[in-house]
Amino acid sequence: MNLLYFAWVRQKIGRAEEKFDLPDDIATIRELAEYLRERGGGYGEAFAELTRLRVAVNQEHVSFDAPVTPDDEVAFFPPVTGG
Amino acid sequence: MIRAQPEDFDTAAEIARLNASTDIGAVATFTGHVRADDGLIALTLEHYPAMTEREIARHVAEAETRWPLHGVTIIHRVGRLVPGDRIVFVGVASSHRHAAFEACEFLMDYLKIHAPFWKQEERASGTRWVEAKSADDEAARRW
Repeated sequence: MNLLYFAWVRQKIGRAEEKFDLPDDIATIRELAEYLRERGGGYGEAFAELTRLRVAVNQEHVSFDAPVTPDDEVAFFPPVTGG
Repeated sequence: MIRAQPEDFDTAAEIARLNASTDIGAVATFTGHVRADDGLIALTLEHYPAMTEREIARHVAEAETRWPLHGVTIIHRVGRLVPGDRIVFVGVASSHRHAAFEACEFLMDYLKIHAPFWKQEERASGTRWVEAKSADDEAARRW
């Protein structure tokens, strides 16, 4: 699957996107975010407080309780500030 | 029409394009500009291209179910902009003014809270990411 990061999430992690093999025991976005947090370093900082983050699966806003599958494109970012 | 682009846009040309038929009695537009708040030097806008168009198209479709619209144009600039620059354009054509005004405001309110754009401010003291405002959520909730 593809993981994408934007704004300060991208800066903390140090990359805009990466390929990721979804482990079998991860079923939701929250579990994915917690798994990524465990990598520590910039990931630990980016995923420290999930309430500060928003997420999209296949270019649609979803909640952290949404399911995730191995072919999804998942993007993590702060609340949007366009306009 | 929905565009996210680094280039500036010509509001007169966009209005002329929206005013494409003689059924149109009203074209309402909103143009946002970069404000020079607190010594702001520049804003840099980042977006999620694959999602931007899809998300805005969803809101345009929603607006079209609520109001009888003849045309909608949304342009959002990305990249580095300085105070005074145009940043966003929302233009709506309809037969009557109420539909045009309301749909224009609805689209702008929804764009603020859903479209995947992020602003980074640049000042002499450094850069920082703009935080989302709860007032924007409030504005979108009234629809």
